Amino acid sequence: MKRRTLLATGAGAALAAAMGMPASAQDKTKVGFIYVGPINDGGWTQHHHHSAMEMVEHFGDAVEFVYQESVPEGPDAERAITQMALGGADIIFTTSFGFMDPTVNVAANFPNVKFEHATGYKQADNVSVYSARFYEGRAIQGTLAGRMTTTNKVGYIASVPIPEVIRGINAAYIHAKKVNPDIEFKIIWIFEWLNPAKEADAAKALIEQGCDVVLQHTDSTAPHQAAREAGGVYTFGQAADMAEFAPMPRISSIIDNWAPYYIDRVQAVMDGTWSSVSTWDGISTGMVGIGEVSDVVPAEWKAEAEAMRDAIAAGTYHPFTGPINKQDGSPWLAEGETASDGDLASMFFYVEGVEGEIPS
Amino acid sequence: MDINPILLLAALMVASTPILLAAIGELVVERAGVLNLGVEGMMIVGAVCGYIAGHSSGDPYLGFLGAVFAGAAVSLVFAVLTQFLMTNQVATGLGLTLFGLGLSALIGMRAEGTPDLTVAKLALPILSDIPVLGAILFRHDLVVYLSILLVAGVWAFLTYTRAGLILRAVGENHEAAHALGYNVRLVRVLAILFGGGCAGLAGAYISLVRVPQWIDGITAGAGWIALAIVVFASWKPWRLIAGAYLFGGVTVLQLNLQAEGLKIPVEYLSMAPYLATIIVLVMIRAGRAPASLGKPFHPSS
Repeated sequence: MKRRTLLATGAGAALAAAMGMPASAQDKTKVGFIYVGPINDGGWTQHHHHSAMEMVEHFGDAVEFVYQESVPEGPDAERAITQMALGGADIIFTTSFGFMDPTVNVAANFPNVKFEHATGYKQADNVSVYSARFYEGRAIQGTLAGRMTTTNKVGYIASVPIPEVIRGINAAYIHAKKVNPDIEFKIIWIFEWLNPAKEADAAKALIEQGCDVVLQHTDSTAPHQAAREAGGVYTFGQAADMAEFAPMPRISSIIDNWAPYYIDRVQAVMDGTWSSVSTWDGISTGMVGIGEVSDVVPAEWKAEAEAMRDAIAAGTYHPFTGPINKQDGSPWLAEGETASDGDLASMFFYVEGVEGEIPS
Repeated sequence: MDINPILLLAALMVASTPILLAAIGELVVERAGVLNLGVEGMMIVGAVCGYIAGHSSGDPYLGFLGAVFAGAAVSLVFAVLTQFLMTNQVATGLGLTLFGLGLSALIGMRAEGTPDLTVAKLALPILSDIPVLGAILFRHDLVVYLSILLVAGVWAFLTYTRAGLILRAVGENHEAAHALGYNVRLVRVLAILFGGGCAGLAGAYISLVRVPQWIDGITAGAGWIALAIVVFASWKPWRLIAGAYLFGGVTVLQLNLQAEGLKIPVEYLSMAPYLATIIVLVMIRAGRAPASLGKPFHPSS
């Protein structure tokens, strides 16, 4: 039974490789997207989708666009990706960290299909990885949070314990601490990227415990709604501008702008120049956008935040510049030293001053 | 300690209300001998319909009303399939959940965004001025009060009324009830509709009060919790309150403890609501399920 299944899968793959690919490559490039959430989540997935649509608009009839939304991370993702590859996609973007292993597994069966995995680190001959330096935006949020809080308590709704999320917490904390030595971070892990009810509950719990700034690494706008209801609480847009909550509670945002990258990569497939790369861009290339700092922030602090944004974009300032110690007090970066990309990619510790433990 | 116990307990009631509403509806359905596993599906259809009705009319109460009808309408599909076409209840219920999730995504496609509606808190006169208790119990919105009144109403209905007795008879032994001349199918259809209405209202409470906005998959498994609580509460209305509040309470508490930076691994805190609910409800003596629960019935047999 097992061998038969294996044979069937192999035959399917070979068939697709032999027949499907050249036929579709002749006329249109078929571009597939696998999303972790619904395309109207207001945040992460919605912005991937918008960027994908921009890419489609750019190429017009030259591409055929397919997508599947709300694909759960885990084994089912492999099925969804395989199906898309069998459907004749030339390039498939999988846009969540948890799709990493499924993507690599499926890619091994489809050597002629190009795969692009967002926010992961496992590359292969036909698997590229791409991510954005969200921590650059977190540094700016941390600065604003440290300035705006009057209770000196900043809430942080964390999603899934992976390096990307931990980097964000550390970057925000370091910069909040810099402008406000009395700052305290309260962190709640919800172990999901998108769960509006839980996000709302977490935001309410943080607000009730005296936090008047709430940062989030989750995808919905539920925390903003909770902040708006509570009043006097500041939030930041996550992945999308979430401008419908400006000027209060949302005072700025991190905007993911994947469109230039998507256009670039699809073009490469068309030109036959696609190769496996690892891309990690930030504010300088526009992959990370900083949403407008709203006017409830005093002009002086707004200018400070914008200056930091410009310095990071220009490459004159790195958000992880020493001296920085780890949570246990052991030194990490010496005075003036900046973190290497390798260190950042695998970061699994809090910096000194952050309380609590990282769930493993 | 930054945890404010009064705010915590008040938040507990809000977090528990959707589960309680869905559970009391399902309790009536199961006491009538029908197992409807479609609670999650009915809830989420209620959530999106309530959101749209509330948003387009500008009145959250119309939203709640719309959700009740939407939930009942979806449950009617289940009623027709299981009671008249004799389909398997478990399979149909599961199908209803999948159907509801898909349908809500379809209906909600154009309904992104945030309602500008606020459901007014209704501080009960005099009672809300009681120190501590007033702030915890008597300064909520209407639906929170309604959920408790519903539990009391269902309890009184099942315990003291003739109609309640018939419903229980149908659930315990549908052959006997049929032989006595009661219309088993009618009773069951009405119970299913009641369950659907409650689930719809529960969904709307999430999309209009607790979050409040519409996003795909917003109920995030609350319907399954409601189902579990009905079983753990041994099909007794008052125990539902204990189960729902315990679950909601530990959910809210674990978030607060995390924010507090308690030295307990976060994983344990996250599983705490489920563990606590299971342990306590198992401890208060597991009850007996209605004897005809889940069994198909046809008057000709």
